Amino acid sequence: MRVLGIESSCDETGVAVYDSEAGLLGHELYTQIKVHAEYGGVVPELASRDHIRKLIPLIDEILKRTDSVGAIDAVAYTSGPGLIGALLVGGCVGRALAYAWGVPAIGVHHMEGHLLAPLLEPNPPAFPFVALLVSGGHTQLVEVKAIGEYRLLGESLDDAAGEAFDKAAKMMDLDYPGGPHIARLAEQGVAGRFKFPRPMTDRPGLDFSFSGLKTFTLNTVTQNAEANGLPDDQTCADIAHAFQEAVVDTLVIKCRRALQECNMNTLVIAGGVSANNRLREKLETALAKINSRVFYARHEFCTDNGAMIAYAGCQRLMVGQTEPLAVTVTPRWPLDQLSHL
Amino acid sequence: MSVKANSAAMSFSVVLADEAATVSAGRKFGEALKQGAVVYLEGVLGAGKTTFCRGVLQAFGHSGAVKSPTYTLVEPYVLDIGTVYHFDLYRLGDPEELEYMGIRDYFQESAVCLVEWPVRGEGYLPCADIVATLSPLGDGRRLELQAINERGAAILILMS
Repeated sequence: MRVLGIESSCDETGVAVYDSEAGLLGHELYTQIKVHAEYGGVVPELASRDHIRKLIPLIDEILKRTDSVGAIDAVAYTSGPGLIGALLVGGCVGRALAYAWGVPAIGVHHMEGHLLAPLLEPNPPAFPFVALLVSGGHTQLVEVKAIGEYRLLGESLDDAAGEAFDKAAKMMDLDYPGGPHIARLAEQGVAGRFKFPRPMTDRPGLDFSFSGLKTFTLNTVTQNAEANGLPDDQTCADIAHAFQEAVVDTLVIKCRRALQECNMNTLVIAGGVSANNRLREKLETALAKINSRVFYARHEFCTDNGAMIAYAGCQRLMVGQTEPLAVTVTPRWPLDQLSHL
Repeated sequence: MSVKANSAAMSFSVVLADEAATVSAGRKFGEALKQGAVVYLEGVLGAGKTTFCRGVLQAFGHSGAVKSPTYTLVEPYVLDIGTVYHFDLYRLGDPEELEYMGIRDYFQESAVCLVEWPVRGEGYLPCADIVATLSPLGDGRRLELQAINERGAAILILMS
């Protein structure tokens, strides 16, 4: 079975072709980050208008490059959660193509796509596992027994970890997306000059809160600001270092706790923040101590992409789960409401 | 917490020592909003706008998490006591984009609309009844509530 996957839930337009026998045949991504950098964040309607402009040429390209013209057995598209205008573009294009080609369409949950992305790698993790979904819009710990069998263990009560990275970056006049810029700056930072709190780690439970860390960053930036309103370069690097350590430590503590509570020894991290090298490094060290392992996708499949949607869609197609002749998108869609395979 | 009324109860100013004080001030403010209102929230990133909104929502009986609407633009809370819409226009590139998300449907008389980053929606947002401004003050915050019209003034009188 050969599946075309379409991702357009937020600021990335991604397409891919996945074959149930041969694996991933190819993927294409058109990133709108340049457009958004100007605004310090994602621009919803601008994003959906850009999906319209980019999607058909991207699909043309991937079908030709993977020699899949006339050979697609199903079309999978992200049907939620996400921005409604952006979701509708992928949904309408995906559903219409499937109808025209006389093949099934599959609506895919964006976060299921992310948590299955590490399964695209050689030596994939085996079920069951605990997944940390960590991006600009989400910070969730999920118990994964099998595809579609999810139990929410904990989530952010306010800002997502990636959002905290974006906003901390903005406070120090760094570009969007904030994560890679903070990480790069943190490498020059001196450890120990600033001590940031590790929110909600001193009490039981698996929920997160990153809003206070954002406020702490603002206070630290303001207190150390010079005439131009910003701290000097070294101080910014020291703040970036302390901020990143605080976010990473908080995530590591909760991941370890989640594995122990579920009595599991496999952790999967997915979403944009899972590309953070410091997070990967600290998780590897911490989990080795409790006889556990962490799995993640290659960098390009941590952020939004079409490959994870084609893969997740293919898994559901193979058990006969397809969409009726309608376009339904769900901007708010809890992961644990998904059906089992 | 000291509340000081000035200029004929058209504005309030209060110093908030910490997060708990911000939530508590939001709750007190929320108690006075039961008839609905449009509230603009001003303040830099990390000033405590969403935290203040959490207090307002508690006054309407919401006890769960209040997630930042930065990535969703608006989080609706349909509660027994009333409906509260929590907007965050931070990511808007052009105010006209509000038309695409059906902004007019949200602003009903009886609803409470809390709007963070209203400047990004200028020209497409209805006027505020109250502008709430949070500004950093040492490790705490200063909250100023300013009534813009009679409806806003009535809310501030209810609070005093």
